[in-house]
Amino acid sequence: MKNKTVFSCGKKAGGLLMASALLAISLTACGSADNTAANGEVVVYNWGEYIDPETIDMFEEETGIKVVYDEFETNEIMYPKVEAGASAYDVICPSDYMIRKMIDNDLLAEINFDNIPNAKENIGSQYWEQARGFDPENKYSVPYCWGTVGILYNKTMVDDTVDSWSILWNEKYADNILMQDSVRDAFMVALRLNGNSMNSTDPDELSAARDLLIAQKPLVQAYVIDQVRDKMIGGEAALGVIYSGEAIYTQRENPDLEYVIPKEGTNVWIDSWVIPKNAPNMENAEKFIDFMCRPDIALLNFEYITYSTPNDAARELIEDEEIRNSSIAFPDLSQYDLETFSYLGEEGDALYNSMWKEVKSN
Amino acid sequence: MNKAAVKKPESIKISYFNQKLLTAPYLVWSAAFIVIPLCMIFYYGLTDKSGAFTLENVISIASAEHAKALWLSLLLSFVSTLICLLLAYPLAMILAQKNVSRQSFIVLIFILPMWMNFLLRTLAWQTLLEKTGVINSVLSFLHLPTLNIINTPGAIILGMVYNFLPFMVLPLYNSLTKIDPNVVNAAYDLGANAVQTFLRVILPLSVPGVISGITMVFVPALTTFVISNLLGGSKILLIGNVIEQEFTQASNWHLGSGLSIVLMVFILINMLLTAIFDKNGEGNAL
Repeated sequence: MKNKTVFSCGKKAGGLLMASALLAISLTACGSADNTAANGEVVVYNWGEYIDPETIDMFEEETGIKVVYDEFETNEIMYPKVEAGASAYDVICPSDYMIRKMIDNDLLAEINFDNIPNAKENIGSQYWEQARGFDPENKYSVPYCWGTVGILYNKTMVDDTVDSWSILWNEKYADNILMQDSVRDAFMVALRLNGNSMNSTDPDELSAARDLLIAQKPLVQAYVIDQVRDKMIGGEAALGVIYSGEAIYTQRENPDLEYVIPKEGTNVWIDSWVIPKNAPNMENAEKFIDFMCRPDIALLNFEYITYSTPNDAARELIEDEEIRNSSIAFPDLSQYDLETFSYLGEEGDALYNSMWKEVKSN
Repeated sequence: MNKAAVKKPESIKISYFNQKLLTAPYLVWSAAFIVIPLCMIFYYGLTDKSGAFTLENVISIASAEHAKALWLSLLLSFVSTLICLLLAYPLAMILAQKNVSRQSFIVLIFILPMWMNFLLRTLAWQTLLEKTGVINSVLSFLHLPTLNIINTPGAIILGMVYNFLPFMVLPLYNSLTKIDPNVVNAAYDLGANAVQTFLRVILPLSVPGVISGITMVFVPALTTFVISNLLGGSKILLIGNVIEQEFTQASNWHLGSGLSIVLMVFILINMLLTAIFDKNGEGNAL
């Protein structure tokens, strides 16, 4: 789109663009010339706002490895870039089902855990167990963050009890509902409300979920991803579907907000570090992952991004008892009917995508 | 160059060669960033996942969702272009009548926002229009009814008009300043009143600017996906959004490219019109 604009305003603007591109290139060149590059670099591809920037500085200082950091907004945006191999990343942080897809398509390298002693030592056994759902032998991934998906609501704007996904279909809250603009998360809500598995590929169940989402659309204020956080803090909407990690942050900013795991059950997800097969700096990637598994670093990251950490040693270090035992950050999951997304295969993906398009274009 | 050619015939070759040499970077640039990407779009658009030739991706524009998105895009960009034209024409006329120092000041005011990133300006509109946004806070403070246009087609049109208005004003202004004042004076001398002068002299002479402005607004408006995402709350699917999502979400580059080819047809029609009405490129202000 931006290219088209430039194109239509002719050569002058094109020249300007070229000049600024050159400027950008020369600036990056200056940036990488400092002395931290002594031990090579590591190219990290992570979710947006998913790390404490200070930990990157600390890593560069301690190891002399330069970190090149890039961010993505959804698993689906990340995947084609890695698959195309045009930009070679060393460390990526995808979610469960996407890791499965990458393993199936032979994109990931086996991790040598001898070089990552902090991983086995600090990360709780239950998380390794759960990770077997997408990485059966725990060979390809190291858990980084985990959490649930639930409803965040504003107590001053909602007077019903919030314990079910069905409140997102309540007409009282028309134009006050924020949904996730991501196909699997949106369908998860509808499928669970219908009592189906969120990994269903049954066309009838999916059609029913699609119809439910279409019926909901007039009540939805917007489909958003990261913006749900700021909009809920600002009181822009009454109810929003949100990741548990964002919930703690939003509550800090706006005490009127409350997070609930609906009774129909939800998605328990894990985002893990993986190393792609074509990683140019495999050793540095292992050093980076090991560094991230150190309890003090995991603690810094937890306090900064507020997503639940699987690092038990880091959890012990949390000073605030309320947060250490918070039911949002570390919920007792036994009381819920929970599932984890699994990879649905190409046909399954295509089915979800075409149904999602029907919802969005309706 | 023509003068030199008459005086020294042997220098023609050299300057011709130099000219070629000077265009080389531009040719490389267009090959790398225009021709090759275009070929790739055609390759992806006309093949399926196994690499076999198919028209399915292009034909899929007829499916209910795609046709609806295309229709909505055409409608919204048509309305935005019309609003831009109606707003820009009087402004360009006023501008063209001002003296030079004032002119350049007002033109500067119009170009100034374009120095800021387009995404930021659109995000700013989101903050302005939100339910608890700046405009509504002021309105409710004054006990006036609040404005609810965020996440509606209206907000998208507002975003398009705001972002693309300068692209309409500048070509219009350019072609209006090129009109010889003597022609207008002659019309008055021969007894035409203001309306007649406008309709029969000024308007026809400014057609190249009008056409150029329409292209410059209509094409980016038709292909946008950022404005509809930010100001439409991702609830309104334009053809640009469909294509974007095929690339980013569904990783189906073949379908995305196929739909881009369809969109290109509409852009070509528009450019063809420009070529017919604006033969000398008079309207190109930027």
